[in-house]
Amino acid sequence: MELLILLVLPLLTAASVVFGPKANARMIALLGTSLTFVWGVVVCGMFDFHNAADMQLTAAWDWIPAFGLRFSLGVDGVSMLLILMTVFLMPLTILGSFTAVESRQKEFFAWLCVLQTAMLGVFMARDLIVFYTCFEFTLIPMYVLIAVFGSANRAKASTVFFLYTFTGSILTLAGLIYVAWYHWQLNGIWTFDIAALTQTASHMDASMQAWILLALCCGLAVKVPLFPVHTWLPLAHTEAPTAGSVVLAAVLLKLGTYGMFRFALPMCPIAISQYAPWLAVLCIIGIIYGALICWVQTDVKKLIAYSSVSHLGFCILGLVALNTIGISGSVTYMLNHGLSTGALFLCVGMIYERYHTRAMDDYSGLSRVMPIWATFTVFFIMSSVGLPGLNGFIGEFLSVVGAFVSGTTMDGQVTPGTLGPWFAVVAGFGMILAAIYLLYFAGRVIFGPLKLPDMHHDDDAHATPKLPRDLNMREIAVLTPIAIACVVLGVQPGLMLDPIQQPIERIVDTIHEANIQHAQMMMIGESDMVMTDQGSQDQTELADTTMTGGAH
Amino acid sequence: MLDRIAYLWPELTLFITAIVVIFLGTSKDKDFRRISHWVAGIGIFIAMALGTITPTVEGSLFPGLAVYAKPMICLIGIILLLGMGSIDTHLEADIKSGKRIFDPLDNSRGEFMAFFLLSLIGLMLTTVAEDLIWLFLALELTSLPTYVMVAASRRRSCGHESSVKYFYLGALAAAFFLYGFAMLYGATGSLHLVEIRAAFIEQSAASPTGSINPIGLLGLILAFVGVAYKIAAFPMHFYAADVYEGAATPVSAFLAFVPKAAGFIVIMLLMGTILGLHNGDSVGVWPAAIHDILWIIAVITMVIGNTLALLQKRVKRILAYSSIAHSGYMMIGIIAGPGVAVLHGGDIADSLTTNGFAAVLFYIMAYGIMNIGAFMVLACLEDRGEEIETLDDLAGIARSHPWLGVMMAICCMSLLGLPPLVGFFGKMYLFSSGIAAGEIVLVVIAGLNSAVSAWYYLKLAGLPWLVKPTTRSERMVHTPYIGRRVAAALSAIGVIVLIFAASSLMEASNRASQIRTPDVIADTILNSASDEIEVLEVTDESNTDNGIIQKSSG
Repeated sequence: MELLILLVLPLLTAASVVFGPKANARMIALLGTSLTFVWGVVVCGMFDFHNAADMQLTAAWDWIPAFGLRFSLGVDGVSMLLILMTVFLMPLTILGSFTAVESRQKEFFAWLCVLQTAMLGVFMARDLIVFYTCFEFTLIPMYVLIAVFGSANRAKASTVFFLYTFTGSILTLAGLIYVAWYHWQLNGIWTFDIAALTQTASHMDASMQAWILLALCCGLAVKVPLFPVHTWLPLAHTEAPTAGSVVLAAVLLKLGTYGMFRFALPMCPIAISQYAPWLAVLCIIGIIYGALICWVQTDVKKLIAYSSVSHLGFCILGLVALNTIGISGSVTYMLNHGLSTGALFLCVGMIYERYHTRAMDDYSGLSRVMPIWATFTVFFIMSSVGLPGLNGFIGEFLSVVGAFVSGTTMDGQVTPGTLGPWFAVVAGFGMILAAIYLLYFAGRVIFGPLKLPDMHHDDDAHATPKLPRDLNMREIAVLTPIAIACVVLGVQPGLMLDPIQQPIERIVDTIHEANIQHAQMMMIGESDMVMTDQGSQDQTELADTTMTGGAH
Repeated sequence: MLDRIAYLWPELTLFITAIVVIFLGTSKDKDFRRISHWVAGIGIFIAMALGTITPTVEGSLFPGLAVYAKPMICLIGIILLLGMGSIDTHLEADIKSGKRIFDPLDNSRGEFMAFFLLSLIGLMLTTVAEDLIWLFLALELTSLPTYVMVAASRRRSCGHESSVKYFYLGALAAAFFLYGFAMLYGATGSLHLVEIRAAFIEQSAASPTGSINPIGLLGLILAFVGVAYKIAAFPMHFYAADVYEGAATPVSAFLAFVPKAAGFIVIMLLMGTILGLHNGDSVGVWPAAIHDILWIIAVITMVIGNTLALLQKRVKRILAYSSIAHSGYMMIGIIAGPGVAVLHGGDIADSLTTNGFAAVLFYIMAYGIMNIGAFMVLACLEDRGEEIETLDDLAGIARSHPWLGVMMAICCMSLLGLPPLVGFFGKMYLFSSGIAAGEIVLVVIAGLNSAVSAWYYLKLAGLPWLVKPTTRSERMVHTPYIGRRVAAALSAIGVIVLIFAASSLMEASNRASQIRTPDVIADTILNSASDEIEVLEVTDESNTDNGIIQKSSG
């Protein structure tokens, strides 16, 4: 029930924005999302962090009983933190775009609130179809935000965004229905309950799991985005309004990583162990490739967009390390990337609102005229680069360490996972590149000789919002809470690591057990194997690999 | 004969209404003409009420089909009726001002409503058909009035052109259809569907490979090609775009639902005759030849529909091609068949999720509502008596007509299958039945096709909101027919309501698609009971085998 209220609050806000007075639309939206944030904190207070691995605050209503479809909600430690991040960033995003949108304000804020509901729904869902519904429904608000409020190339950007994600996720749906059908065959019950289906899917044989993994990746990898299917992201980011970019980077991308964490890992434990190196290679290509593009980028927003591609590569790399360290790193990375990249988009948006250009060549030495802005931006760049002491460091570090120790032996103990030091080494190279391109960006735009864009819009009343040269109080109020959160989480990473410990350990155990059983099955199969078809050799090799990856 | 009347009351009511309406509609008195719509509406309402209390049809292959289909047909019929508009206002004004004298032959709207009702009667009759003659007559009764409706719907010659196209292709299809029926009769010696089924089962039991008379098979395929015309499936889909475009928009909406629903019901009945054959040369529940042909038709239909819709500039042509694509999706349900539980008398509730026939019945109703909604939004607007034609005409209309924009967006997103709208549940149902029947490749193809369709549905939903109005779209005003707005609103509301009511509609459609295990073939089944049981056991074993593997690996 508590969760349902949390889910409905933004919807009510959206309704009040639509039917309320036009002049107060932004205040209503701010008030509603702040209320949601307060309620989110209350819900967090009700959450029992000692049993963070269990689904808590559960509630369920029948939807389509014949399909076993229930509107069921619940949170564990990981989703609780992601929900907190979502409700924390939303009021700040709305406050940050008070003056960004001049016409159709009502629509703008209402869609942002609807988007919040959909995102919260994804994190709360305990039913696959509820998850899928919310996952898909984020498309509509985001599509509208980009298509109506975006910049010049918005029509293309919004369409590409929609088609890309829709195409991927419809294949995911087919995979999920297949799992549900398989469950029905075994148990005679048709259900979309995530826990039950995860249980079933994790006991499928390896080749079937591989297909399920592929189907899941079709939808989720697009959202993350992983390397070959990332091309929608820079386009969408550059064209979206600031609030859209912030939400897109901070939360929407996390739907993909969260989906990987929630489904790909526990549903296909054997397949993910086998294919983790391949996924990791994609991640690393994304990390390096994204970073290199950032280096030569001249468009400020595109730079941060590609840095997201690069950063999310780390996130998935930690995830497919398949050990506690790596997955913890990945989940903390989700939160930290949300904070620092969200904040960077806000900073860039503030500049854009003043000068209406995204080209890096147009700016230089902004610290001379905008010292407050420069301070904040450098701060968030540091957080994004992963400066120890700030929040970005811990996630990046753990992800890479997780990949490093994955599958290696230390003191006679094998760490679970199938990656190895080489993956970490190459990915670590990406960390250096990240420092290079972000500091390069800081050096060009923030420091150096002063250069401001030609304000040829000066006479145009439209283009010059009544903004002071440097940040005003409202903008400072937007950035300060995020900066505080960055420092607090950087100094006290335990705040993030403790709640997610148990759920992650449970998942790692599941993967581990499934792999051991799989290996045992293969051994039995091998000894029983009177027939000597060519498959046997493959299977032995398979058993070997999974053993090294799986055994303690 | 009297026992048949017991379940034909809805049709009889509509028939009497049609007679009354044809007199009212051609009456010289304007007020009589005006009330003809109300009479038709009341007639449909009474038919719907009678339809809900229809007894199950014992002689039919699917005894419960009529109970489900008739009220739903009436419900959608009312929405369609609302959208048909009233008597031609220009003509009425001319008659009133004395420019023109009243001529019942010229007043096209007079008999129009009667034809509308007759076509609905035809559709309802297909649901209770017991034999091939009845089936043919019912199907023709559905189609014949539509030819007139297309021609009469517009004053311009394009209406006549599409009517002629529609008629000649329809006649060709009917010929295929009849030829197929003749072969079915030749192969089985009966016209009665239940007896045909019994004969087929007997033949397959007698044959070492479990096959049936090849002439019967050919007959089925020919009949299917004939029906493909009604559902606008490959290879008989060519007319759809031209005819939909030429007809007035409400009539296009009618064409997209009524003949299509009749077609799918006929396909169910025809395919029902070869259900429960002895597994020999077969894929799933169908003989391999039938399965392969259906599979190919389904894939080509979806691909053609969606890719050609991408290329269109005219709104109604887009909707026409998308309607072809939807027929392709629904074919998945037909290919999946009614599921194992239905065939072997398992628990009805268990069969729901794997029942492809039920998925088709569910989808056709859901499709009817959302598609009619999209057409009705188009029909709501006009520019000096001319309808919306190109995509440009749709640009930015939401600025002046926001609610129409909302309805269009809801209906298009539902057609696209975006959760949680009803189109999504329809697709989920079709997909789950397809996957349960092992048709994973087909489901993936359908999935990719829906992704393609996102492109044009997004355009249809987005254009009214996101693009600046063109000169023509700025001139668009409401048509004088308020009923169309009501119809569009009802459809959009229906799409929303079905999010919550989908469950009961699914259960109803599942009950409707339970095939009869008749006494006529009871003996045949008894004779070959041993084989049947063997088949059953084999499938059971394969299931449990899986289970054992799973458990031991778990």
